[in-house]
Amino acid sequence: MTEYLIKHYDDLAEAALVHLQLVLLAMVCSLVLAAALTVVCSCSGKIAGIVTGLLAMIYSVPSLAMFALLIPLTGLGKTTAVIVLVIYNQYLLLQNFLAGLDSVDKGVTEAAAGMGMTNLQILIKIRLPLAREALAAGIRIALVSTVSIATIAASINAGGLGTILFDGLRTMNIPKIVWGSLASALLVILTDRVTRFISPHRGPA
Amino acid sequence: MVHAIEFRDVTKTFKGAGYSAVDHVSFTVEEGEFITILGSSGCGKTTLLKMINRLYEPDDGKVLLSGTDISSVDVVSLRRRIGYVIQQIGLFPHLTVGENIATLPKLLKWEKEKTAARVDELLIMAGLAPDEFRNRYPSQLSGGQQQRVGLARALAADPGIMLLDEPFGAIDSITRTKLQDELLALHGGMKKTFLFVTHDIEEALKLGTRVMIMNGGKVIQYDTPEQIIRNPADAFVRSLVEAARAKEQFWERFV
Repeated sequence: MTEYLIKHYDDLAEAALVHLQLVLLAMVCSLVLAAALTVVCSCSGKIAGIVTGLLAMIYSVPSLAMFALLIPLTGLGKTTAVIVLVIYNQYLLLQNFLAGLDSVDKGVTEAAAGMGMTNLQILIKIRLPLAREALAAGIRIALVSTVSIATIAASINAGGLGTILFDGLRTMNIPKIVWGSLASALLVILTDRVTRFISPHRGPA
Repeated sequence: MVHAIEFRDVTKTFKGAGYSAVDHVSFTVEEGEFITILGSSGCGKTTLLKMINRLYEPDDGKVLLSGTDISSVDVVSLRRRIGYVIQQIGLFPHLTVGENIATLPKLLKWEKEKTAARVDELLIMAGLAPDEFRNRYPSQLSGGQQQRVGLARALAADPGIMLLDEPFGAIDSITRTKLQDELLALHGGMKKTFLFVTHDIEEALKLGTRVMIMNGGKVIQYDTPEQIIRNPADAFVRSLVEAARAKEQFWERFV
């Protein structure tokens, strides 16, 4: 078991690096899209209902099936993987973003509107800073989920730690299965710890 | 003659409600008046107030400020000319007292020195020592102090009209009496039109130069406090006055 680690630690490290690249790219795209969707959804409750309902439906599709479904459209590889990860994240991010923005005291937003702030000013100056903890929590959940779902992306040749795991499964190579899974799990725990450490704490408010 | 505020046959019905929150209401307010609007919950007094800064839009009728139909004015610039104070106070908890008061001057892009001077001036006017309170956060203040800041914030850009929606509703009675007196003194010192919503008849009669009594979305009586006490317009107003009298008699028993 340890023999594999000693011989192939560079393979594991490389796979972890590719994995992280995939996650980082997916997170950046996810956040940009989720921010845009949040602005749209916070304008109208009707749109918000439709969008979150649709995203919930998509989220309930198993990731392996989702990767397979997209292959005819965008082929094998990283692009498809990033698209799937971004789609899954929208549900997690949007739900948390909207709930966070909604949790801001109605008296506060009414006072802001009453003094003549535009909707955009209320969003940027009042609701976003007051919801920052909920926003950070949403991002953390999405990040951890992305790290773990990205493992499955190896099934469509997107690389990452899943490659070692799936290789092991195909050839019934126990050390590969074990180390591949352990490394994926370790990465998830690590990202969770790191983001917990850097997320904002309750301010003077 | 141009009135500071004029309602022309204004009606507002909320979706799904079987009745009108405000039902064909017409009245005028002159510049510098202190109008109190009195009524029980659900009588339409807050709805009426919120149609002046267009937080609600009337379904029918017109609201005019200084002769101008407000539906033809940009809503943001309209609100920036109207002070607004609410029962929940609604101070921004992530900003200091000074930053709260400076919000509108900043939006209006005042110079820094002018804004800072205005903040200090308003804090003094509100009875809060600037050096002590400027850098505190709202959560570090008592309810009464918070509403003082709410008032100062609403006055920041020197609005011609102040809308106050039960501003002292959640404040203990000793502090409330003090704040009422200060508000009266404040109004006397400036040429501003005040509209003050309350469900407390004593507060309404004490503060208002004229009192508007509402019930079921309609204005029942709109007159000076004296006229309301002497000549109540109908049974509803009479019952309000009698309720206040009964309270007074309760106290007299202990004299």
